[in-house]
Amino acid sequence: MSDAPSTPSPAAQPLDESRRSSPSEGGNAPTPFPAAGNISDAEREELRRNGILLTSLEELYNWGRANSIWPLQFGLACCAIEMIAAATARFDIARFGAEIFRPSPRQADLMIVSGTVTKKMAPNVVRLWNQMPEPKYCIAMGACAISGGPFKQGYNVLKGIDRFIPVDIYIPGCPPRPEALLNGLIELQKKIQTEKVAGPQAAKHLRSDVQSEFPVPTYGEHDIIPTKNPDVWSPPSLPRKA
Amino acid sequence: METLEQIRDRIATRFPGAQVSIQLNPGAAAEHSLLIDSKLGREIALFLRDDEALQFDYCSNATGVDWLDKEIVDVKKTTVPDAAGGPAKVVEEKTKRTEPGYLEAVYHLYSMALKHGPVVIRMRTGNRSDNVTLPSLTPVWRSCDFQEREIFDLYGIVFEGHPDLRRLLMWDEFKDHPMRKDYVSPDDFEYEPTPHDAVLARAKAHYPAPAPVAGVADPGPGSTSPATKPAAQPEVKP
Ligand code: SF4
Repeated sequence: MSDAPSTPSPAAQPLDESRRSSPSEGGNAPTPFPAAGNISDAEREELRRNGILLTSLEELYNWGRANSIWPLQFGLACCAIEMIAAATARFDIARFGAEIFRPSPRQADLMIVSGTVTKKMAPNVVRLWNQMPEPKYCIAMGACAISGGPFKQGYNVLKGIDRFIPVDIYIPGCPPRPEALLNGLIELQKKIQTEKVAGPQAAKHLRSDVQSEFPVPTYGEHDIIPTKNPDVWSPPSLPRKA
Repeated sequence: METLEQIRDRIATRFPGAQVSIQLNPGAAAEHSLLIDSKLGREIALFLRDDEALQFDYCSNATGVDWLDKEIVDVKKTTVPDAAGGPAKVVEEKTKRTEPGYLEAVYHLYSMALKHGPVVIRMRTGNRSDNVTLPSLTPVWRSCDFQEREIFDLYGIVFEGHPDLRRLLMWDEFKDHPMRKDYVSPDDFEYEPTPHDAVLARAKAHYPAPAPVAGVADPGPGSTSPATKPAAQPEVKP
């Protein structure tokens, strides 16, 4: 952050731009930033070029979090190979501050569910999710993690990790290319940057009424028990022809 | 390499009491196999491995097969002479019998030393329910270890003498054998975007049938006619 005022590089802009233009903020006229009083975006940008940075705690906090999302280091199937590729020099997830894959869930912010979640693995994935401290985010990478993918009709595959834990970003593909994973990560960053630090709309890790641990399914004689967590997921009510 | 017939005959002379027969494969591959006596399975396997002329020192693959109970109709033809002196009549007598099903373990053997193979051997269990024990060939070929565990897991064949017979793919508490032909998989198709066939039947059970629209004939599944599309798109998983 320290060099941002002195180097007016275009790379520093998307942060402000995306925050301003995000649809959740709504409206055509940009709402003035709380800390900036009635200063417009253009004036604020002009100040920034001259070495004066106006910000708020919320913006600084979210900026820091969004640019240091440490993923949990684990992979489940073929999608994990693409995730590994995203970490290599060619695609370089480090450009987005997410290169430190943590081997311990206690240190991780992001769970990339990269691949097929078998029913044998599902309880362990949920347990890992419970071991991650808030704030934590989940990316379902690939068709398998979203819905079971090519193995949807298999007896041994969980039909989507969102049956047990809440998912923030879905990345379709079989497998998604590393660029798609990076795009998903950028979308997650946008999501983090719009989170509030206070008030009823505060981010879920700052509220006490939001659940952060979820029941771990157990191994049954014919299937895992339960097969889904109704608090998290319920099937869409698709009307079907008789 | 010796032909299958030669191998069969040599096994028969070496183990006089053993049942050994050739199972013909009528397909284009014509990969015939030896059905060996499961009681002497371990001894025959050791013979195949250690015999000078065969030296099958490598088992590349072990798998299972499930054969369901089969209903067989026997037709017995008898010629009945016509009492009136006409041509004799042929009377067909049909009897039904059920051939009990069984499980089969199939091993593909190669010889690294003599560079020949494969020879396929099979062993059969007595039935599919309570007599499902076969001798383990893991003590003969180490490579059978995981594959026999997988057969145990998915078909339910119990390998006697296996050093570590646990389920391999499914969890230990699991009771079924999913590769058996009569296995019924759990019904968790609550949400299927494009169901068809058996899955469609299962998916329907999770959703109430919508009230029929008056005046619009049901164009059948797969139609994209806008007339029968639901007016409001229901919420769909992102
Ligand atoms: S979505 Fe495709 S590439 Fe990814 S884990 Fe499933 S099968 Fe493999």
